Amino acid sequence: MFEISELNKRNRKTQKLFQILFMMMTLLLITPVLIILGTLIYKGGSIISVDFLFTHPTDGMTAGGIFPALFGTVWIVAVALLASVPIGVAAAIYLSEYAPDNWLTRIINLAIINLAGVPSIVHALFGVGAFVIFFKFGTSILAASLTLAIMTLPVVIVASRESLQAVPKAFREACWNMGATRWQTIRRVVLPNAVSGILTGVILEVSRTTGETAPIMFTGAAFFLPFLPQSVFDQTMALSLHLFVVSTQVPGVPEELPYGVALVLIAMVLLMNSISIAFRMYLRGKKKW
Amino acid sequence: MVSSAEALVKDANQTLKLDVRDLSIYYGDTPALENVTLDVREHEIFGIIGPANAGKTSFLKTLNRMDMFTSNMKVQGDIHFNGFDIQKTRNIYALRSRIGVVFPLPVGLPLTIYENVALSPRLSGIRNKADLDVIVERCLTRAALWDEVKDRLDSLGSLLSGGQQQRLTIARALSQEPDVLMLDEFSIAVDPVTTMRIEDVLKELKSEMTIILVTNLVQQARRLADRTAFFLEGKCVEIGDTEDLFTGNAKEQSTIDYIEGKFG
Ligand SMILES: Nc1ncnc2c1ncn2[C@@H]1O[C@H](COP(=O)(O)OP(=O)(O)O)[C@@H](O)[C@H]1O
Ligand SMILES: [Mg+2]
Repeated sequence: MFEISELNKRNRKTQKLFQILFMMMTLLLITPVLIILGTLIYKGGSIISVDFLFTHPTDGMTAGGIFPALFGTVWIVAVALLASVPIGVAAAIYLSEYAPDNWLTRIINLAIINLAGVPSIVHALFGVGAFVIFFKFGTSILAASLTLAIMTLPVVIVASRESLQAVPKAFREACWNMGATRWQTIRRVVLPNAVSGILTGVILEVSRTTGETAPIMFTGAAFFLPFLPQSVFDQTMALSLHLFVVSTQVPGVPEELPYGVALVLIAMVLLMNSISIAFRMYLRGKKKW
Repeated sequence: MVSSAEALVKDANQTLKLDVRDLSIYYGDTPALENVTLDVREHEIFGIIGPANAGKTSFLKTLNRMDMFTSNMKVQGDIHFNGFDIQKTRNIYALRSRIGVVFPLPVGLPLTIYENVALSPRLSGIRNKADLDVIVERCLTRAALWDEVKDRLDSLGSLLSGGQQQRLTIARALSQEPDVLMLDEFSIAVDPVTTMRIEDVLKELKSEMTIILVTNLVQQARRLADRTAFFLEGKCVEIGDTEDLFTGNAKEQSTIDYIEGKFG
């Protein structure tokens, strides 16, 4: 009854073949990532030190550390998150839980998708016009962060809306049937179960925000500044722009310096991602249906 | 001053929990239920039997205004609950909290067992932990679930077995302290032993509330219902004392045929 037929053998061979094929594709996919990381560590690892992270650049940016750029990037990202997460999540809640299915909602959804496709340089120019000039924030952390926030809003909205939609309708109806208002239902049942998905949106946003250069270079990031910013209305240096500057704009930079800056930039993204992913896994483990 | 005649009418109405007149329900232009007139009396178990797609679920949905959640669902006719016109009442939240609902497939909310039952009291403003503890224990006990879950109130309600989740759903409905409990084919995803336990629970609850029991099992209606309505293809064919219907005294041939299992 259990002897292996020719057909069994053929099926098993095919199955093995596809498994290997898919595995090779996956390996292929992560190869460039590994090469990039390896190169950065190999060429830039030697320059990384506490001093490098926490001192100012010297000698026309050909020596010294990257502290002002690191500091500025953290600020820009933090302010951008502060602006885009509440707005993005609120918009997602409206679109998922309240909006009637009519032409206006459909236009808004279409606009959000298209907003995600706008090139970052266009966002940069919008940021200059809107925040630097019209709202008179000047070239500042605030203007740069708001520009980034607008650029990343679609990601936050779409990811949040999808994770809200993933909460089964039956849960909502059970709550409504008890006499709960929409808001009570959202707060008690829908949001707590959508948090892990919403975090995914935030992770994506953080990664994008940290590395973006074009949207901040006209709105708030400076080529070189001897001082740290004192408030969100000051300009600041930023890692991504600093990387661009030391690798292309300044003569006489030692080879390991740009690699070191890039390594720090990537390490920051990876660190923030891992924290968010760990948090997400923690929440996932707690909530289930 | 209210004239004595009006007072009399009002008194007669008060023993009616639900008074449904000429109710028709449409999905788009397609009727799901037409011209239903019936009343549900206080402290009775009102059974509704009938084959699939007869309009039983649609009927329940209109009673607590669940029709609002289905965009193409239209309701015509009058429904009075405790003498109030439910189409006119602004406070649908109050209406819904007076009516407990149990669905065919149990919906354990993704909360702990405790929070599933404490949710409705919390929504109505009870914060005190000791008060909530009392309510949770009482409702779980009345739903015949307390003994099975009392040691793990903090585990997830949605991970209980089907039969346990259905009793959790009933406990949650009871935590609303409802006037009316509506059950829609509650035993579909429940094992026979649990079904019998829930039926016993319902018999006891009758003294405290009015129960509307939609069931796909005619024998369940016979065991539980005081009066039974037979729905067929969007019409309410007949309403009568359950005993009469099941002892061959139904007026309509289709009722007799359905009860005898000639179609379904
Ligand atoms: N959301 C809906 N949209 C369109 N038609 C529906 C919807 N829900 C139910 N119906 C239709 O209404 C009729 C009655 O359905 P239902 O009330 O669920 O009957 P029952 O509960 O007796 O099986 C059926 O013909 C069904 O196809
Ligand atoms: Mg049904």
